[in-house]
Amino acid sequence: MTVGILGRKIGMTQLIADNGEVIPVTVVEAGPCQVIQRKTVGKDGYSAIQLGAFEKKINLSNKPEKGHFNKAKVHPARFVKELKVEDSNEYELGQTITADVFQAGDFIDVTGVSKGKGTAGVMKRWGFAGAPASHGAEKIHRKPGSIGNSADPARVFKGKKLPGRMGSERVTIQSLSVVQVRAEDNLILVKGAVPGHSNGLLILKKAVKKG
Amino acid sequence: MNIIDKLEQEQLKNENDVPDFKAGDKLRVHVKIREGEKERIQVFEGVVIKRQNGGNRANFTVRKMASGVGVERTFLLHSPLVNKIEVLTVGKVRRSRLYYLRDRTGKAARIKEKRTW
Repeated sequence: MTVGILGRKIGMTQLIADNGEVIPVTVVEAGPCQVIQRKTVGKDGYSAIQLGAFEKKINLSNKPEKGHFNKAKVHPARFVKELKVEDSNEYELGQTITADVFQAGDFIDVTGVSKGKGTAGVMKRWGFAGAPASHGAEKIHRKPGSIGNSADPARVFKGKKLPGRMGSERVTIQSLSVVQVRAEDNLILVKGAVPGHSNGLLILKKAVKKG
Repeated sequence: MNIIDKLEQEQLKNENDVPDFKAGDKLRVHVKIREGEKERIQVFEGVVIKRQNGGNRANFTVRKMASGVGVERTFLLHSPLVNKIEVLTVGKVRRSRLYYLRDRTGKAARIKEKRTW
């Protein structure tokens, strides 16, 4: 029983269903992934498999890396991630995991790194309402307003929502449905949007909230 | 070809099933309608007022007058619900979006036919 696969976002498009419905889909190039390492309860305290996806040039990997991939007798991979499994002994080193771990109709959770927005103000970053555009409002249109009280507490509370770096963080979108799986092309078509830019690494797992 | 283009190409109808038409043409569109279990074909006849987008997103809007009320319907060109498209007449128009027809009724809303010999 495999729980997930690593993939790469290709982009979005739409599919026309037989009943004329238009389905927005994200195309994900999923795998093929190789099992590089098995983590076991006895040795590591937890059970997981380490997956590698998308080959990288051999001259780009250093000696320790090569040694690590050599143990599983696989080509060095660009992306390496661990996925928790119930029993990692069900897997073999070097075993290939392909897109057909999921079928059309399955629900999956997709994890990726969201697009970076740079330094963003409070309206964009936290959804603040801002201030009026007119009626005498001056230079405060997109500002946060008051950020706290005066002499007591005489400081700004930790965690106060303020402007700053936005995006480029790990985001998981839960319970997206799989519309189509094309194992021969290593493609999975997921309904709706997934985090991150095109070519970004994605982790596709069985949905936690839907059986 | 890139993967997305390939996926979109697959969804296009056969070239022979889609006639050439443009804004100003009079069409008869055969649309599949599902009523409970039964499926039947409904015909929508009118003037194309616009064609929009390309690839598998291509769509077109047909306008007709139904008992004095203007009715516009937009169809997805490559949708399986659009069973057949018949071109009745080819119109002679000078623009690609015929929104001006919305402000006209009766004789003013006529479109000249393009004559071909």
